[in-house]
Amino acid sequence: MAGRFLLIGLALGFLALFLAMPLVVVFSEALSLGLSHYAASIMDPNVGAAIWLTLLIAAISVPANLVFGVIASWCIARFEFAGRNLLITLIDLPFSISPVVAGLLEVLLFGLNGLFGSWLSANNIQIIFAVPGMILATMFVTFPFVAREVIPLAQEQGNDEEEAAATLGASGLQIFWRVSLPKIRWGLLYGVLLCNARAMGEFGAVSVVSGKIFGQTDTMSLAVESLYGSYEIQAAFAVASLLALLAIVTLVLKAALEWRHRDELNAVRRKRTA
Amino acid sequence: MTGTAIEISNLHRSFGPHHVLRDVSLAVRPGELLALLGPSGSGKTTLLRLIAGLDTPDAGEIAFDRDDALGRAPKERGVGFVFQHYALFRHMSVFENIAFALRVRRTPKTLVHERVTELLRLIQLETLAARYPAQLSGGQRQRVALARALAIQPRVLLLDEPFGALDAVVRRDLRRWLRQLHEEMAITTLFVTHDQEEAFELADRVVIMNAGRICQEGTPIEIYGAPADFFVHEFLGESNRLPGGVKAGRVTADAGFLLGNATAADGSYQAVIRPNHIDVRPNAQGAWTIARIAASGARARLTLHGFGASIEAEFTADRVIDLALATGSKVDVVFGNGVLFGADGTPKGRFGPPLDEAGSKLRLVDRS
Repeated sequence: MAGRFLLIGLALGFLALFLAMPLVVVFSEALSLGLSHYAASIMDPNVGAAIWLTLLIAAISVPANLVFGVIASWCIARFEFAGRNLLITLIDLPFSISPVVAGLLEVLLFGLNGLFGSWLSANNIQIIFAVPGMILATMFVTFPFVAREVIPLAQEQGNDEEEAAATLGASGLQIFWRVSLPKIRWGLLYGVLLCNARAMGEFGAVSVVSGKIFGQTDTMSLAVESLYGSYEIQAAFAVASLLALLAIVTLVLKAALEWRHRDELNAVRRKRTA
Repeated sequence: MTGTAIEISNLHRSFGPHHVLRDVSLAVRPGELLALLGPSGSGKTTLLRLIAGLDTPDAGEIAFDRDDALGRAPKERGVGFVFQHYALFRHMSVFENIAFALRVRRTPKTLVHERVTELLRLIQLETLAARYPAQLSGGQRQRVALARALAIQPRVLLLDEPFGALDAVVRRDLRRWLRQLHEEMAITTLFVTHDQEEAFELADRVVIMNAGRICQEGTPIEIYGAPADFFVHEFLGESNRLPGGVKAGRVTADAGFLLGNATAADGSYQAVIRPNHIDVRPNAQGAWTIARIAASGARARLTLHGFGASIEAEFTADRVIDLALATGSKVDVVFGNGVLFGADGTPKGRFGPPLDEAGSKLRLVDRS
């Protein structure tokens, strides 16, 4: 009995120390100089540009990963092909590489002295120290999120429902939209939410390729660091509070979706444990 | 009912080095209920999938009503397929599962509602229309899968191990219900099973498959009465295999006891006799000893030892009680009808009880 309370207490204490406390600190620091200062920090045009760039990067990399994840899971679950296992292994690669190394890798490829550097500069295309590089870096780092959620699900579910749909007269496209996609939609949703959170919060890889030109190639995460570095503590926490808010919105969204589809979700869960 | 609904000719299918189907030909009559019976790995499910168009043969032809089917996609074949594990759409309610085929055909809403309601009534699940598959029992899922397949008004219904995943009681009920349904709707139906009792009880005709080939086809009585080879005989039920020989019309087991009379030519055979064709008579001086009695409900199975051999006999539990049989009792064994198989696995003749002293033939009736 005592052991149980001790364990629960430990878990809750850990949660409070590492999750709740920082959240409180972020908001209290952000508001330490009052609401007007908070508003001013956020309204700053450079911060506005960082917010905009963060949203842009997420808006491009998340759908790209979504499409990739769906295609990869579709192929892996439905077909036996050469390189199938290699593909499954490679999908995990971004998880095992430090984001900073990933950023450096990109510099080596697309930087001025990189593999494609001379061709790119001859054609006047700038990737490193510009937005395209930051998008590529984010896509690389968030690459596994959707695929990792969806592939095991698709593999576990097999191909029977698709075959059933085919015998019932559905075309390939109808099978995809009415059967394959809805089947994996919960995995897809979690994948997208995780992917989005990571895309907005990514620091290492983006930091290497961004060049940190304040107001131009600055995301919110990078802005927090540079503001903090220049002793604008309150402004740094104001931007950090926005990131925290985004995380909270994501969680609320997920909870709301789960609540709305609770019947179906419960049914699916029960089946899995059965 | 004459003619052919499905004509299958010289079908071959292999997966890599595995020949799953070898030269399979079969004619399915319109409106019949046909069972494909065989052990797992015999190719029966593959055959079903080829008919449905879920797989393509390496060689051979399939025609529906003399109309080539191989050039057609599954959705153009008019085949209702019920999968072994039902493959219900897990994210759709029972209603939407059954409505699926109509929805993809862009059927008007009122018509969809009408047709699905009708099918729900047919499977007696009107009250569960809003449930999801995961909230149903195995038997209910099976019926939903069937209704979903019937929604396209198929000309052929294919069922893959339809009762495989159900417990015994549900199985029996559903079997009767399916037979009844078949009689009402008269759709040409093929089902796959590895359970010979299920195949024989349900089907008009049974096709027995082994190792990618069709061993025998016929009505249950035809097959039981004259199994084409040793495999079929064994598959239809347990039997005692006794190496023996025929000399001047008398069949003797190599162990040294008489089995009966046969008309087969002299030589060595495998004498095969089912447990329910063996009877015992209590006799304190008998050459056989009852080693074990296993009663399972109304049936009892006896293991008998004698002449260095061991055989199994089966009859009603009542008879065990009537004859006051017990483990260790000495008995005489009376052999009924059996089959003689040659070294090549084909039947060479039958044997039956010898004439007794009074000269009348001792007929052994199956007391099951």
